[in-house]
Amino acid sequence: MNPLRHRGRAGAFIVAVAFVVAAPKAYAQDPAGMDHHHMAGMDMGLPPVSIPNGALFTEADVRFMQGMIAHHAQAIYMSRLAAGHDASEHLVKFAQKIDQSQQAEIRLMQQWLRANGQFAPDTSAWRQMPMPGMLTAEQLKQLEGAKGADFDRLFLTFMIQHHEGALKMVSDLFATPLAGQDVDVSVFANDVQTVQTAEIGLMRRMLSNL
Amino acid sequence: MHTARRILTLATAVAVGAVSTVHAQTYPTGNDPRNGLKPGMYDAGEAAQGMRLVSFSKKPAQFDTARGLTFINSDLAFRDHYVYQGNFAGFTIWDVKNPAKPRVISVVSCITSQGDPSIIGNLLFISAEGNGNRTDCAKGGVKEAQEHMAGVRIYDVSNPASPKLIKNVQTCKGSHTHTVIPDPKDPNVVYIYISGSQMARLATELAGCNNGSDPADVNNSLYRLDVIKVPLKHPEQAEVVTGARIFTGLEPAATSAMRREAMAERAARGGRGGRGNGEPAAVPAGVPASAAAAPAAPARPFDPSKSGPWNCHDVTAYPSMHLLAGACASYGLLVDISNPEHPVRLDAKADTNFSLWHTAVFSNDGSKVVFTDEWGGGTSPMCQATSMMEMGGNSILTIHDNKLTQHAYFKIPSAQTAQENCVSHNGGLVPVPGRDLFVQGWYQGGVDVSDFTDPDHPFEVAFFDRGPVDPPPAPGDTTTAVSRFRGTIGGSWGAYYWNGYIYSSELARGFDVLQLVPTEKLSANEIAAAKLVRMEQYNPQSQPHYTFPPAFPVVRSYLDQLVRNNGLASDKTGSIDKALTTAERQSGAARAKTLTTLASQVDGDVAGASDPQRVKTMAAEIRRLAAASK
Repeated sequence: MNPLRHRGRAGAFIVAVAFVVAAPKAYAQDPAGMDHHHMAGMDMGLPPVSIPNGALFTEADVRFMQGMIAHHAQAIYMSRLAAGHDASEHLVKFAQKIDQSQQAEIRLMQQWLRANGQFAPDTSAWRQMPMPGMLTAEQLKQLEGAKGADFDRLFLTFMIQHHEGALKMVSDLFATPLAGQDVDVSVFANDVQTVQTAEIGLMRRMLSNL
Repeated sequence: MHTARRILTLATAVAVGAVSTVHAQTYPTGNDPRNGLKPGMYDAGEAAQGMRLVSFSKKPAQFDTARGLTFINSDLAFRDHYVYQGNFAGFTIWDVKNPAKPRVISVVSCITSQGDPSIIGNLLFISAEGNGNRTDCAKGGVKEAQEHMAGVRIYDVSNPASPKLIKNVQTCKGSHTHTVIPDPKDPNVVYIYISGSQMARLATELAGCNNGSDPADVNNSLYRLDVIKVPLKHPEQAEVVTGARIFTGLEPAATSAMRREAMAERAARGGRGGRGNGEPAAVPAGVPASAAAAPAAPARPFDPSKSGPWNCHDVTAYPSMHLLAGACASYGLLVDISNPEHPVRLDAKADTNFSLWHTAVFSNDGSKVVFTDEWGGGTSPMCQATSMMEMGGNSILTIHDNKLTQHAYFKIPSAQTAQENCVSHNGGLVPVPGRDLFVQGWYQGGVDVSDFTDPDHPFEVAFFDRGPVDPPPAPGDTTTAVSRFRGTIGGSWGAYYWNGYIYSSELARGFDVLQLVPTEKLSANEIAAAKLVRMEQYNPQSQPHYTFPPAFPVVRSYLDQLVRNNGLASDKTGSIDKALTTAERQSGAARAKTLTTLASQVDGDVAGASDPQRVKTMAAEIRRLAAASK
């Protein structure tokens, strides 16, 4: 199942820059405060988290899963630009890979959140939920305006930054006391770390071969 | 393989993949029997070709729940007439003396994701990675760092009904999987190579661990595979003795662009006196000025040393060839393990189609290695008709002069549903003379046997598949109804051929035993020949070398293959068949005489054959059988 299409959200991705500009500027330009906003969650319009008795997961786990949905959704948005921006064949395929993998992961995260009685953001959440490594409004504009080899270069540069943000989210999660012990969250976070570390390696090679 | 093994300079050993010529299949549009199988946990529809289900056993009650990944089964190990099945919450020992009725001998409850097992004699090794794993195995998670167990648990299973935990060997990065490698010199010592995806723990949790950034630094616990040395007579003395530093120098293309980027980053860091998250990330050289002018979003500052891989998901050792294939994130590595304490990387291969180099299996002669790509991590449905065919499957590489060359991809030729987590996963060889057959689990894609004898044209030989665990969404399902999907992760974690049967670990459902049945792609003789290979102990990641005894099914396997591939004219294969039938009815010297005469006749057939090598091998097998008949 494609959660994006299934839930009729594909359209949200096509809506242009207007939404991006509307994203809370304070977050985008206040990286130092990011972690606090990320953890608090409520500043981004997310409902408070309540942890059932006996659960192995913590608020940090819930916020990680919610935040990663937004993080992934932006990566999918970026990836879907490739085909229409004269990117190289190789890059279009790589972008398609990110698109397909992260769609599936969004479904997983949403399922985990729902199964555990937590609020599950949808895929438009990235417009309101800036996470580490996500592109700023300015960067998105640049990417949306690029074509051909320039697009390839910008995409790789920005996606490396984006992936490094995901790695930071994972290491922040694991560095939080008592967090990352729920098996599903732990396996998923490790998968993100493994796959995105590998993809950063690939992208660096692709970038240096441009 | 045994020619002088040059130790290549690291720089030249790195091959950056350009594999545009590698071809991939496409999903067939025909009526595959796997299409549209009925969903269900225990009543799912089944489809099989070339194999049949001998028995299915549900998980033992202790693990019989479908709560996410907490109780899923993991990998298998084999010894005597026992199968050791890992589980994220412990392990099960099955007695398979009667494969039609496997019997649970013991169930050990011990929270240990992901629980991959290996067995050496009476010692069972179990991989522990999860952050909630405790030294005392209890539920409830880790409250104090000292309670955390990440590494390898060692059990004494001399009484399989009552396994005893001997020792928890803690490692810096935990243990996602592990690989046992016998010491080539000392039969009382095995080494265990530890693979894992996590960063190193903090020194405050485990002394000596650190996430250093210099891969060559001997004190850096990140860029290495921890190596445990186990004195088999004193397993309680098992400890980490060294780190396999097989990543050193493995940077993603040391081009000038990379160096400029690294220098820019260093300058940025030095100039601003810190590496806090608020630092703008360096902009690589070659990026348009407009991009450079924009403040980058917050991310970890780029650390150039972290760009190469620093872990393997899995490594497969082939001890008799002194080789190891490392499936290491963005690289497939070939490593010389003549000295397990000092492994030497021989070659490295990258491929942008591969999302995650996951695991590997060598051909029996060591001339090929199949790497798998765990696209989607095993929890995602990556075998749908829309999923790219060259991703999430196998890739076949040949090994020549210690260099890897990539050939074709293989993925199961059956589109699975969106409810089925599916990707290429663990497996091992099916020992058939003259062919390279790989049996493996594809999660909910089922159990599959593929032929990679011709590295450019792999194909499917047999399969067993069930419908999805979960039903598909009903038409018109709304957003709220999505929560109805349980998103159950299931299917075959790994499937292995062992002493005549295929054993498959089903994540959600339990334990399957299957048997090969003859088809036009695999003959009764080939199946009979495979049964002649007996292994007392089998740890798939420590690949055994197999040999065939002199036997009629072995000779007839080659004959069947020559008939199948038109490798020899049919009048010739017909007359060889006749002579073999005659010999089978004879015994002793008479049989030897018939076979010797036949061997000479077959020698004469080599020249005119379109597959002369196979004819030659068959002649040699006939001679070996003649010698054994005297």
